[in-house]
Amino acid sequence: MKNLKYLLVGIVFGLALTKGEAISWFRMQEMFHFQGFHMYGIFMTAVPIGAIAILLIRKLNVQTFNGEAIDIPKKPYHHGIILGGLIFGFGWALTGACPGPLYAQVGAGYAVTIITFISAMAGTWVYAKFQPHLP
Amino acid sequence: MNFLYKPWPWYVAGPIIGLTVPALLLLGNKRLGISSTLRQFCAACFPANIPFLQYDWKKDIWNLYFVGGILIGGFIGGGLFGNPNATELSQHTVNDLRLLGLTNFNGLLPHELFGWSNLLTWQGFLMMIAGGFMIGFGTRYARGCTSGHGIFGLSSLQWTSLVAIIAFFVGGIVCSYVLLPIILKP
Repeated sequence: MKNLKYLLVGIVFGLALTKGEAISWFRMQEMFHFQGFHMYGIFMTAVPIGAIAILLIRKLNVQTFNGEAIDIPKKPYHHGIILGGLIFGFGWALTGACPGPLYAQVGAGYAVTIITFISAMAGTWVYAKFQPHLP
Repeated sequence: MNFLYKPWPWYVAGPIIGLTVPALLLLGNKRLGISSTLRQFCAACFPANIPFLQYDWKKDIWNLYFVGGILIGGFIGGGLFGNPNATELSQHTVNDLRLLGLTNFNGLLPHELFGWSNLLTWQGFLMMIAGGFMIGFGTRYARGCTSGHGIFGLSSLQWTSLVAIIAFFVGGIVCSYVLLPIILKP
């Protein structure tokens, strides 16, 4: 039961992604061609709001509602950040989706995106298999 | 009730997406990041003795509830109350996509490209199957996606996430400018 709250946050997040057209293949092409402000407007409001919230949490030493400490681990650099990032960028432009929007596209009734999702799982699995041999 | 079907402007959707970051932190010290659920599903369904998939995926079960919510949110926003009109894209984008043969700008994905009948054409294979594969491979290799790096990572001012998002965009721009016209040109 304690996980139901994450389901609710997910519903609101998914609704914002979908209604905000952040899962739209058309919007992604517009964004990658710098022809519209819509997607940049989403990033340029979402990130500063998240940043101010994290700044306040850190400065005021805010804890979770249950009194746990909030920690934000550093994301260490490795070359996969660039190499994997470029590969993901190709997939993003082709499908119009990142992993989050993929769930939303399936939910929105684009049944064939289940195949895209299964392919994404396959991609993760193949990465896992070859992970020790990659730079 | 017409407004329920209308898309939301960026200044409504963006702040809600941003507020997800503190909501997850305050609810249980959880960090926004969605691509890791693909690894969880792999670890749960096909672990195959791969070291990278031998971990306690149940520890992050909250994230599966979260993505379940995204699915429901997609159903409400795109299924029940989907925008019946064409996406209000920039005219330049519409013109560019028309040149590539698209005529239907309704919905969230072009019906002309994303359908079961297209799956086994080479265009459909590249866009849906190879595209999906690159999402899964690339995000795990980059240790995050647009939510984990783009929203959470940038919000927590991590330079690695800035490098990641630049790489995402370089890949996306090259693909959208160069590869997509080759795939779609009749």
